[in-house]
Amino acid sequence: MDAHEIVERAARESYGRLLAFLSARSRDIAAAEDALADAFSAALVNWSHSGVPANPEAWLLTAARRRLIDVARHQQVRVQSMPALLFAAEEAETCIMEPTGLGDERLKLLFISAHPLIDATIRTPLMLQTVLGIDAARIASVFCVSPAAMARRLTRAKARIREAGIPFDPPGSDDLIPRLDAVLEAVYAAYGTGWDAVAGGNSSLRGLAPEAVYLARLIVALLPNEPEARGLLALMLHCEARQAARRDGRGAYVPLADQDCALWSGSLAAEAEQQLATASRAGRIGRFQLEAAIQSVHAQRAINGYTDWEAVSLLYGGLVEIAPTLGARVGRAAAIAEARGAEAALALLWELPKAVAATYQPYWALKAHLLARLGAIADALEAYDRAIGLSDDAAMRDFLIGRAGELASSSQCRPH
Amino acid sequence: MHYSLLFYQTPEVFSARADPEKRKAFHAAFIPYVKAMHDAGIIVAGAGLEKPDAATSIRLGDSGHHVQDGPYADTKEQLAGFFIIDVPDLDAALKWASRYPAEPGFGVEVRPNLPEDRETLLKTMADG
Repeated sequence: MDAHEIVERAARESYGRLLAFLSARSRDIAAAEDALADAFSAALVNWSHSGVPANPEAWLLTAARRRLIDVARHQQVRVQSMPALLFAAEEAETCIMEPTGLGDERLKLLFISAHPLIDATIRTPLMLQTVLGIDAARIASVFCVSPAAMARRLTRAKARIREAGIPFDPPGSDDLIPRLDAVLEAVYAAYGTGWDAVAGGNSSLRGLAPEAVYLARLIVALLPNEPEARGLLALMLHCEARQAARRDGRGAYVPLADQDCALWSGSLAAEAEQQLATASRAGRIGRFQLEAAIQSVHAQRAINGYTDWEAVSLLYGGLVEIAPTLGARVGRAAAIAEARGAEAALALLWELPKAVAATYQPYWALKAHLLARLGAIADALEAYDRAIGLSDDAAMRDFLIGRAGELASSSQCRPH
Repeated sequence: MHYSLLFYQTPEVFSARADPEKRKAFHAAFIPYVKAMHDAGIIVAGAGLEKPDAATSIRLGDSGHHVQDGPYADTKEQLAGFFIIDVPDLDAALKWASRYPAEPGFGVEVRPNLPEDRETLLKTMADG
């Protein structure tokens, strides 16, 4: 981590802690964010020059309190939550002076962001903004949404939390598991799915991968007994371990099967394995542990030189049982193709709902690959065309154009 | 909703059209893109445009028409083509725009069209 990253991480960490503390007490995320916004950007600049202060939360709080008092004095529009916010800031100041410090209430922000009353599409952005202080414009770019629309949706979600009086307390033990699933799903959405599953992962979310890993680590630290949180962390660490092998020297896409495993990070893979082992001791299997186990089988290639596709297929079978997402079903078909042949895999693809599969790029990429293997050249080229047309990543598009080109020229050479 | 996807290019990208290799490479990505949109049934209209120096522009001033050779706006990036697509919302329009096989030097502007039916259009104009 370079100096800039250390400063940014420290500022985000303190920001998230402080925002959690202030908004849990004032129940007004937007007002707490306003109070902290200037302090946070000042911290990013100031700490880069003079280093991270000994007590970063105290530093931020002093700056934020000044702003709060200023707003309270001059405000044109009355912020209803202002007294509660000022009171919370005073409480925070007392806590910070104590040896135990502010504590970590960021779990509250994570759970409230993924609350059932909050629209599923805004959960990930809400988490990224509240827990990590990432601005709406950057989130919008990563999710390919209009920045104005993203800002509006975030504002609306925060208003909903305030108006509906959604409680900030983390869920009790009776509904912890379903609520945690929603949190983990939202974190995974920030990571980007299907990177390795088939030749067709969407890379546009790469920009937030470190943030997603950070969030997963945070959840594991705060809920150490939840195996699915560790499963999610293990899954992302396994994918991160292969980061350097995904593109060759010229930036071209390299599919998982062709990756040079000497380029994989052994330490990240080992950490992933350790997380997964700890998770499995709880004896509660779940979607993310299964996905991590799939990546774990792939990681074995670095050790024993081959991929146990039968094991991958079985794990995908289990995954599709509990989480039949389009991505998982296409991933299973890709594994079945290796374990039992292209025909069995194509049969699985036929079962997918046509309407959703029609614009799902990995579906077409896999279909093209399977048809090519079976020698159905014309159909394969048509599927390649569709996969190319649906690609939003230049490296992936070029890779598919290359494959399609090779297929077209090899079929022309072949005698009829 | 109808949205216009307006494709912009730098002069370098326009001149790359003369290079058969680059032209072929672009088409290898662009034709599947158009086909995917076509098969999704969202294309209302669209066209690629000749280079900006093929344009002729008319400005209306106090002294009447002033006709000049070249594009209307003197900017670095010039319009190279457009699609009008029919999709449910801006998110969907942006999704399709993000699939445009762009290289550095390309850009896409996504803009909602005014309503196409006469009644809604007149109402929008009156409100606006």
